[in-house]
Amino acid sequence: MTDANSQAMAAAAARRKVLEGLKTTDNFFRLLTHSSAYLVLILLGAIFVSLVMGGSLAFQTFGLNFLTTEVWNPVTEQFGALAPIYGTIVTSAIAMIVAVPISIGIAVFLTELCPMPLRRPIGIAIELLAGVPSIIYGIWGLFFFAPMLQQYVQPELIAFFKPIPVLNGLFAGPPYGIGILTSALILAMMVLPFITAVCRDVFETVPPVLKEAAYGMGWTTREVVGNVVIPYTRVGIIGGVMLGLGRALGETMAVTFVIGNAHRISESILAPGTTISATIANEFTEAVGDIYTSSLIALGLILFFITFVVLALARFMLMRIEKKAGV
Amino acid sequence: MNVMSKDVDTGLTEKISVQDLKFYYGSSLALKGISMPLFERQVTAFIGPSGCGKSTLLRVLNRMYDLYPGQRAEGKIMFDGENILDMKDLNLLRSRVGMVFQKPTPFPMTIYENIAFGLRLYERLPKSEVDARVESALEKAALWKEVKDKLHASGLSLSGGQQQRLCIARTVAIRPEVILFDEPCSALDPISTAKVEELIDELKHEFTIAIVTHNMQQAARVSQRTAFMYLGELVEFGDTKKLFTNPTDSRTQDYITGRFG
Repeated sequence: MTDANSQAMAAAAARRKVLEGLKTTDNFFRLLTHSSAYLVLILLGAIFVSLVMGGSLAFQTFGLNFLTTEVWNPVTEQFGALAPIYGTIVTSAIAMIVAVPISIGIAVFLTELCPMPLRRPIGIAIELLAGVPSIIYGIWGLFFFAPMLQQYVQPELIAFFKPIPVLNGLFAGPPYGIGILTSALILAMMVLPFITAVCRDVFETVPPVLKEAAYGMGWTTREVVGNVVIPYTRVGIIGGVMLGLGRALGETMAVTFVIGNAHRISESILAPGTTISATIANEFTEAVGDIYTSSLIALGLILFFITFVVLALARFMLMRIEKKAGV
Repeated sequence: MNVMSKDVDTGLTEKISVQDLKFYYGSSLALKGISMPLFERQVTAFIGPSGCGKSTLLRVLNRMYDLYPGQRAEGKIMFDGENILDMKDLNLLRSRVGMVFQKPTPFPMTIYENIAFGLRLYERLPKSEVDARVESALEKAALWKEVKDKLHASGLSLSGGQQQRLCIARTVAIRPEVILFDEPCSALDPISTAKVEELIDELKHEFTIAIVTHNMQQAARVSQRTAFMYLGELVEFGDTKKLFTNPTDSRTQDYITGRFG
């Protein structure tokens, strides 16, 4: 064996030793990251299982009628989830109808049109809006926003829609102030900063040269935004909208303050109603019987399910859009 | 009244006349007083090392710099008797001075729409007319044969060279008077480059063309006039053949022989 050869072998042995030392830390690191990732799945599963177990009594007692009846009577222990499900979906839907166009508008303004010195202040104001605790939206909604709507806005709405068929039912009835519409508007304000922030961020990812090319064709900002910026970022926009929708569906405190907590489904969106989260928040302290508690937990399970379906639908839509665009 | 002046030596018409143009990025001076004409229906090439201001000059000609705060221009750029720097309607200006960029920039829509959209924005045309204009633009960009069976596929599905020709077609379709090319071939392979060069040669019969390029052979092949810029100054401007064979300035000589840049 030559001298050089033995030296090389010694070096290789030394390297192997170092690598073996690294292997332990490597394995430890792998275990750490794996278990962190699985922890999320375990948590999700655990929440699901406890909701199912807690709600099983309600489902055993009422069967699928639980989903389709409107009755909610703690005295006779008759419970149905239809009113809160309806309230949850309708308030969130109206909130999105109001919030999405405004959010996109703000984001377009901030990224395309806003004079430089104004960009930061407006951006910061929107971020601050996201930081306002929901309880504050709640008391503001109850003591200021709802009375204001009751006094000035709702009477006008009722009068305006009176002669129009179909819509007059939607905007009928005494102006309560609190109700489905008020909650939806508060929800819109609450999700607005989230959707705006996401939209602004994705708008900024549009390559400047693509925008220059569009402006270079003599297009105005409207065409550039409508035909380049929004199509280019639609996946991100939908993501932002879904983030907002997820929040709107689950938002509890502010809604509980202004929705009126009435377990009934009214045609009019000015009437009081309830949502799943508002019902749970309002009634868990007074839920004395097993069946009452179980019904509330079953409501929680339904909310969990709705949120899951919304997210799954969003994913599905995104996949379809991407396929169609052929990007 | 003929607002365009004729060049005494060449007999060519000045489509655009740049007069003592200074350009600032914030407080740094990027163009130090440029004066030169762009002749009608001629290809003018801009060469020079990176950072010499050739792209900046191009971006002043269609006021693209207006998109960015802190950038400003001083001087005069006369375009058919009007000062570009004083123009209020930038959309109109940009529809008259089209631009093709370094990287292909198809819009996220179909091949057909990439061209038709710009057309419909400025002219109310019946569908058959739009179809015809789309076809003729694609013909002019030497792309028609390759895409005629997939006009409704996404513009992004084309290859890089095809995308660049689509961008040229899109620009040609709205019938501008001037077309600016900012290193249009630097992201393309040699065959696509040859096609685009041929195309530019064709287009000069209809349009006034300015092209920025890092490739001196390209400048020599496609242009009739060449401007050599260095550190924000126009060092030499003149007939392409003369500039490449017998430059007056020693810096031009050094650059075209590859001694720097």
